[in-house]
Amino acid sequence: MTDRTDRSEGLESTRGLRIGERVLLVFGLPAALFAIWYAASANSESFYVPPLQRILEAFVDTWTPDRLRADVLPSLARLGAGYLLAALIGIALGLAIGASPSLRAAAEPVLEFFRAVPPPVLVPVIMLFAGIGNGMKIIVIVSGCIWPILLNTVEGVRATDGVLSDTARAYGITGPARLRRLLLPSASPQIVAGLRQALSIAIILMVISEMFAASNGLGFTIVQFQRSFAIPEMWSGIILLGLLGFLLSELFRLAERYVLAWYHGLRDVQRRS
Amino acid sequence: MLEVQGLRKVYRSGSREVEALRDLTFTVDAGELVCLVGPSGCGKTTLLRCVAGLLEPTGGAVRVQGKPVAGPPPGMAVVFQEYGRSLFPWMSVRDNVELPLRQKKVPKGRRRELVAEALTAVGLDGTESAYPWQLSGGMQQRVAIARAVAYEPAVLLMDEPFAAVDAQTRADLEDLVRALWRRLGVTILFVTHDIDEAVYLGQRVLMLSASPTVVQDQLTVDLPAERDQLHTRADPRFTALRTRVYEQIQVAKGRASPGTAGELSPATP
Repeated sequence: MTDRTDRSEGLESTRGLRIGERVLLVFGLPAALFAIWYAASANSESFYVPPLQRILEAFVDTWTPDRLRADVLPSLARLGAGYLLAALIGIALGLAIGASPSLRAAAEPVLEFFRAVPPPVLVPVIMLFAGIGNGMKIIVIVSGCIWPILLNTVEGVRATDGVLSDTARAYGITGPARLRRLLLPSASPQIVAGLRQALSIAIILMVISEMFAASNGLGFTIVQFQRSFAIPEMWSGIILLGLLGFLLSELFRLAERYVLAWYHGLRDVQRRS
Repeated sequence: MLEVQGLRKVYRSGSREVEALRDLTFTVDAGELVCLVGPSGCGKTTLLRCVAGLLEPTGGAVRVQGKPVAGPPPGMAVVFQEYGRSLFPWMSVRDNVELPLRQKKVPKGRRRELVAEALTAVGLDGTESAYPWQLSGGMQQRVAIARAVAYEPAVLLMDEPFAAVDAQTRADLEDLVRALWRRLGVTILFVTHDIDEAVYLGQRVLMLSASPTVVQDQLTVDLPAERDQLHTRADPRFTALRTRVYEQIQVAKGRASPGTAGELSPATP
């Protein structure tokens, strides 16, 4: 009995497959890689590359609910705060800059300049005026992931269709209404692309910000394990980080499918004609 | 209702100057359906955009209901040629038609009424929840027309609205426009390159010259008010009028004066 629905649960390319086939596609390669890792490292004597079995044992021992609450939760909270802040500032600024050709011309060189500076390089500087608390970490996250959001928003607004813009003007849709009903929705595919890039950057910066000066957090824990040579625990932390990234990515995909349903539909029609 | 006096538009880019419109003067009375025809490249769209307040003219004046036009005036609706690009793809058909009304601060109940009536009037009952890109080209243009009609404008501008639609759909839409016009009594300025369409639809036909554009000629269409695709187009009077317009357009094309933007044919004496 086939389960050929149009709603893709997981990857878009798996649309129309049976549940079993879909699961196979999504988890097949990771499972295969995992098995290879397990087998290849089974008899490993190396200190820095222990057998996967040991890593998995350490995983279960280390990441207890208590530890998850004490370390992973604060990290996620900082990630969330930084990401949200970057999104709000990036989109707001992007809308303003994108809507005004003169502002755009003036701001673009400056934006490109700042964007080119890698945030990890800035961390010591940020620590100087933001201290070593949560604020500093959030600022680090914002300083890195705001750029794709901002620049993509500017581009998305700039590329608003001329006929659509004329139509809005002709019907008296100006000012805040124009922003809300024309510019923002029109730029939303581009903005979402920027948000997607920013998510990856935010996760990386979440870890990096905790490497310099922190007292809790996932990145902090991993680095602690590394410095105290608790290698299997360190690896288990890395695996957890990867799982987190995967989960967040899937959540993002679900949210995107809802918000940009109209856009996917439109592109489908355009592709078919 | 609509007065255009001495309208002039010159495009300047760097050192190059292109005089798109030289001197356009005409009026459209309340409740009239006037068609504008002209050779390709004569600035029909420039003219319409100036009238709609989307483009600032270099000289002359446009007045709607006695008030000068300095930006898109309220009480004016526009239907563009590119229907696919003038409808908001993230909104349903209903929301698209409703948007200008929301902007106009029409109360919710009345809005719903107007939207439902407009969609029924253009024959799109039942498509309210669909998205524009799910509809065919003809249906999309009907949505754009419904949106204009629901707005209850004093003046309706249509910029070659059926140029991008197939011939059979075009015939249906032409009849739709005439039916709506007779029912609602709205003033319509209809720009087209299709001579037959101009004569079929209009009460008056204004013929534009080639660039730099002036109003070359105008004629009154003395066909009966009841028109249909089959019989009206076979009417000898229709043919006579059509011929007259066609001749004028040919004259306009041949009479391109020297010193205009490059691409026109050389002047004939």
